Formats: sequence, structure tokens, C-alpha cells
Amino acid sequence: MNILVCIKQVPGTNKVEVDEETGVLKRDGVSSKMNPYDLYAIETALRIREKTGGTITAVTMGPSQAQDVIKEAYMMGVDEGYIFSDRRFAGADVLATSYTLSMGIRAIGEFDLILCGKQTTDGDTGQVGPALAEYLEIPHVIWVKGIEEVDENSITVEQDMADCTAIVRLSYPCLITVDKDIAQPRLPSYKKKLKTRNRPVKIMSFDDFADKNEDNYGLSGSATKVERIFPPDSNDDHIMFEGTGEKLSREIYDILVKNKIV
Amino acid sequence: MLSINHNRCDLCGECIKACPFGALTIKDERVEISAACRMCRICLKKCPNKALLAADGIRKTADKSNWKGVLVFAEHMEGRIHPVTLELIGKANELGAKIDHPVYCIFIGHGITEKARELLNYGVDKIFVYDHEEFACFREDLYSNAFEDCIKKSKPSIVLVGATAVGRSLAPRLSTRFRTGLTADCTVLDVKENSDLIQIRPAFGGNIMAQIVTESSRPQFATVRYKVMEKARFIDNFSEKLTASEISEKIEICRLPGSKMKSKIEILKVMPKEKEVSISDAEIIVAGGRGFKDKKDLEMLEEMASLLGGQTAVTRPLVEAGWAPYTKQIGLSGRTVRPRLIITCGISGAVQFTACMNTSECIIAINNDKNAPIFQAAHYGFIGDLYEILPLLCDEIRKREIRNAV
Ligand SMILES: Cc1cc2nc3c(=O)[nH]c(=O)nc-3n(C[C@H](O)[C@H](O)[C@H](O)COP(=O)(O)OP(=O)(O)OC[C@H]3O[C@@H](n4cnc5c(N)ncnc54)[C@H](O)[C@@H]3O)c2cc1C
Repeated sequence: MNILVCIKQVPGTNKVEVDEETGVLKRDGVSSKMNPYDLYAIETALRIREKTGGTITAVTMGPSQAQDVIKEAYMMGVDEGYIFSDRRFAGADVLATSYTLSMGIRAIGEFDLILCGKQTTDGDTGQVGPALAEYLEIPHVIWVKGIEEVDENSITVEQDMADCTAIVRLSYPCLITVDKDIAQPRLPSYKKKLKTRNRPVKIMSFDDFADKNEDNYGLSGSATKVERIFPPDSNDDHIMFEGTGEKLSREIYDILVKNKIV
Repeated sequence: MLSINHNRCDLCGECIKACPFGALTIKDERVEISAACRMCRICLKKCPNKALLAADGIRKTADKSNWKGVLVFAEHMEGRIHPVTLELIGKANELGAKIDHPVYCIFIGHGITEKARELLNYGVDKIFVYDHEEFACFREDLYSNAFEDCIKKSKPSIVLVGATAVGRSLAPRLSTRFRTGLTADCTVLDVKENSDLIQIRPAFGGNIMAQIVTESSRPQFATVRYKVMEKARFIDNFSEKLTASEISEKIEICRLPGSKMKSKIEILKVMPKEKEVSISDAEIIVAGGRGFKDKKDLEMLEEMASLLGGQTAVTRPLVEAGWAPYTKQIGLSGRTVRPRLIITCGISGAVQFTACMNTSECIIAINNDKNAPIFQAAHYGFIGDLYEILPLLCDEIRKREIRNAV
């Protein structure tokens, strides 16, 4: 079975800077890590491989330092990894990001099952998985919180639907996005680190992709545009209180009484 | 446009034999495509290595005058309309009135046709109903086909979808199918005269808001969470007064061809979840942040909430630390809340938090840093130590309870 996992490098802290001109995230110079949700996607892939055999390929799109997340995936047990890196991919929105991923994946080969994290901690929208499935013309299920059954032809998953849980069967090829709690991700192992030290991360760029129209990638391939960015609204008529704990708690209490809360 | 993945091509020549237009040749050990290609796609099927593909990733530049209307995805649970739908209709009515566009709903399910009338009472001009037993459970592929059909029929300029489990699955699928833009979790929506949707949401990361537009493609997709927009006004008895012919004009029963009703997704079982009281529905919330130094200190928060008859909630770092379940998280990657009262304790007020609670009726903030941005969002700001204030405040309320009981 051929399993593919899409992973992303995200800023290590919450302090992210935004370019005032373009509204695009500035990612240079901040520490970074693998998107935490993607660890669950990798763990799920590893557990599926234990049952069905096969290979796991991890892919990421980003600047060349994003290779680190592929290396980390190797240390967890992933077999092969690619990074799609090209300055022409920069500034992509959902549409352009998922398109780039689909082009890269199509250049690599055929996959039975594609796994993504539920969302990222920097972009946070969780839209790339379904959009990628659309480009690859395969069905998808989001918010998978458990794998019920898996064999050579299909996968049965437990899907979180907010007010209910659904047990859903999909035949391959298909894409799922996985939630936390699906399985505790294993830690990268030192032994695997030594073993995979020389395993290359394959680099693919625009030139390796079938679609050679630059306008389909990056900022120019994006349908949405950040028109302006501005500080959040502030509430103008706020009242501030200072003083001792006794005074302040008394004043809060009075507000609660005035508003008929107590 | 036809493209080739050269690294998957083994020069077998099948595509060249198959091409009816002689558009493919081998040159320098590479298959080349000439201008004779008519995009008939016959070669795609013949290629044993799937090296050929029709690349049409490009977003489409639309003639805006061909796209008119605001389409709302009407979500429901076995016919019970999800409240976010009414909030989206409220927003759609406002946007539609501004640019003189009609408001549509798409309603997909099984045995729901009668229910569609209910939506007319909220000012919707037309409802497209897809009622079929195959639609009984949400399946992304069939629902997407219905949604696509509806968009092709109605050609709306704007499509609004609730940011629910179903909406988050459908919206990116559809926006990609139409090669257009999607903006998630908008907190403010407005529209320009040229029908461009102004979409405002916290910028990805950073303590800042972004205004996003889908300038050249249509339709424009946006998702909005529950509790962000105002509910549409209910017009009493509106649908009852309509004649049968008026109703049939306003409710269009739609069918998909058999080829579009084949699903690759099988729902084996649906299990209801134990209904938890969601913080989104709470009237009173006491929220804690990293100002709490230890997990067990959150007991103060619990106590405060139970004295006020409300619920507790937290910021993301506390969920990440495992101090509280994800369902308790307010914010961009958690839930949006709009209670009568929220008291924030030891919360700095990052935009990813405030954007999802700043429409609350009364906001009281407790923080020991007078420069904390939470004070910009609060109605009443208290500069002080939560470890001092909370216990005293709890005592104060308890005393009153005793007084009242006597
Ligand atoms: C894409 C993205 C999505 C995000 N989504 C969310 C989200 O959904 N929800 C969310 O909450 N965050 C989210 N964040 C994180 C957000 O940016 C902030 O980091 C987070 O909200 C900060 O939480 P906090 O206020 O609890 O902690 P801090 O920012 O550390 O603030 C703690 C505050 O407590 C005060 N304090 C300390 N001790 C005391 C005391 N004894 N008494 C009184 N006050 C005290 C301090 O002055 C400080 O202001 C997101 C970030 C990103 C980039």
C-alpha cells in the first residue's frame, strides 16, 4: 500500500510577523517546528503500515529549511520524503497551495491513501486537505478521530461531526484529515536518526512539475488577496479600575449586581 | 492545458498512437505536445503511467455581471435548521440589499422539502431543495455534486457556509471545484458596489486583522462560525400567506442525474454524541488564561462559574498544556462565544482570542499588566492579581447568597 502524508513546518512560537505590504507571513528568523497535528497524521500512517505493509512518503511545501520536518518524519519511521520548494510557490493561498501539492504528488506517483493533519497552528483553516482531494479527484473525510478497520482496498474511519460520530468507509484512493487523540505520536528515535542520517530529502521545484504555467502557482495563482491589514478594533468606552484586591473584588461585585447577574 | 510528468513517462508511445490530432511527438527522448492539441483527453486514458494530465489549476477570471445573488448553505440536523444558517441568512439579507442581489438557500437532505418553507420566513428569495434518500447522511461527494449543481443554476456572486464540521468539509471542495477563493472564519463581512465581498478575519498569526477579497473570480466563498453574525429577522406567517404558485416559484425541487448520485463514501453508522453544553451557548462565562500558574488553581475558575451559574472557558495555551479539554477553548482555533457576561482572568487578549469573544454583551477583564491588550476589548478593566481578586469575589457572592437565603 502506498501512503502519503502531507506535513508542514510552522513557527515554533505564536509570535508571527506579517508583512505590512502584502499581508503575507514573514517566516524567516523565527524558530520552527512540525505542525503538531501532522504528527498525528504520521503516527496514523505508521500504524496503518504496520497492518498493511507498504511505504509511507511524506511531502511538504516550503522554503528549503522546511526539509527539517521531513527529516523528523524519517526519525519517526517514514520511508521517503519530498520537499516542493521554489520561490514561485511563495505567497500561495488555499487554492494555489493545494494545486502545488497536487502537482507535486502527481509527479511522484500513485497513492492509495493520503493523510493530512486536521489543521495547522499558523494558518488554522483546515482547508488544504479537502481542496487537495478535489484537485486529485478523490473523496475525502475530515476530522477523523479513529481508524476502525483498514485493509488493501478500503479504510473505515470514525469521523467527528460535532453533534454525532459517524463510522465511514472509503475505498482507495482517498484522503483523510486526522484530529488529535487519534493516536499518541511516537517520539523521533535516536536509532532511526542515525539510520536515516544519510537518507536524502528529494527536492522538487517548478521545473519538475507538469504544469509549466507560472501563473498557476504562488501569489499569482491565488484567488484571494489581502487588501489591507489593520490593528483590531478597540472598545472606546471602557472603564478601568485599580487598587487593592478588596477594592477591586468589591467593584466587580457591584457591576455584577448592577447587571443583575447575582 | 495538457501537461506531461516527464519523470513518470517511459516513452511507450501509447499516447502518440491514440491522439486523433497528431499533436504528440517524441523529440530528444521527451514527449512533446504541439498546438494541435484540442484537449480531447483521449491520451489521458491511454497512458499506462498516468504521466499525462490536464492541468487546469488556474483560477478563472469571471465576468462579475454574470454572477448575481448571495447563496447560503442551509445546514440542518434531521430537518432541524442549524442556528448558524439563520445567522448567515441575516448577513446575506444585509449584503443582498446593499447590492440589490437576491438571497438563495441550498437545502440538501432527505424528507426535508416541507421544512424548506420555514426558511422563507427569514426573507430568503429562493430555496433550492435536493431531497433524496441518498442525501440522508452527509457524504462529501454527493453533497458537493448537489452544491455544484445549485451554483451552476443560480450563479451567485457570494456563497456563505457555516464553519461547522459539514461546512468545513464542503466549502474548500467547492471553492476549488470552481477555481475560486475561500476565506475561512470571517468575523466581519461587507460588500463593495462592484460586488466584491469584503472579508475580515484575524490575520494568520500576528496581533492584527486582515481584509481579504476575491478580486477576479466568482463565486466568492466565505465560512463564518456560529455566534458571529446576527440572526435573520423572523417574518411571522410569511410563508403561510403565500399562494401555491408563489411557493412553487420560491422553492425549486432539484434532481441530479444518476451519474452524480454515485458515492464512494459509505456511512456504516451514525452515533449521537452525548449532548454537552457548549460554551458557544453559555450566557455567562468565566475564562482563564496563562495567568493561572497551576492546573489545580483552575478550581477558582470553576467555583466562580458555578456561583454565577455559568461555564468556564480557557485560552489555547491551557488546552495545549492539557489543563482543559479542547471544547473549552475560546478563539480562532476553538469556539466563538457571545455570552451576556464574560470575565477573563489572566488572559492577555491576543487577537485570535478577542476576535471570538468581543461581541459579548459585557466583558470584564482581570489582568495584572495594565498594558495588556485585553483591556482594549473589555468594558470593565481591573488591573490586579487574579489570585487575590477571585477568592474575595467568590466570598462576596457567597455572602449575598446567604443573605438572600435568610
Ligand atoms: C493561528 C493562531 C490561532 C490561535 N488560536 C487561538 C485560540 O483559538 N484561542 C486562544 O486563546 N489563543 C489562540 N492563539 C494564541 C494567541 O495568539 C495567544 O498566544 C493566546 O491567546 C495567549 O493566551 P493567554 O492570554 O492565556 O496567555 P498570555 O498571553 O501568556 O497571557 C497571560 C496574561 O496573564 C496575565 N497574568 C499573569 N499572572 C497574573 C495574575 N496573577 N493575575 C492577573 N493576571 C495575570 C499576564 O499579564 C498576561 O497578560 C492562536 C494563535 C495563532 C497564531
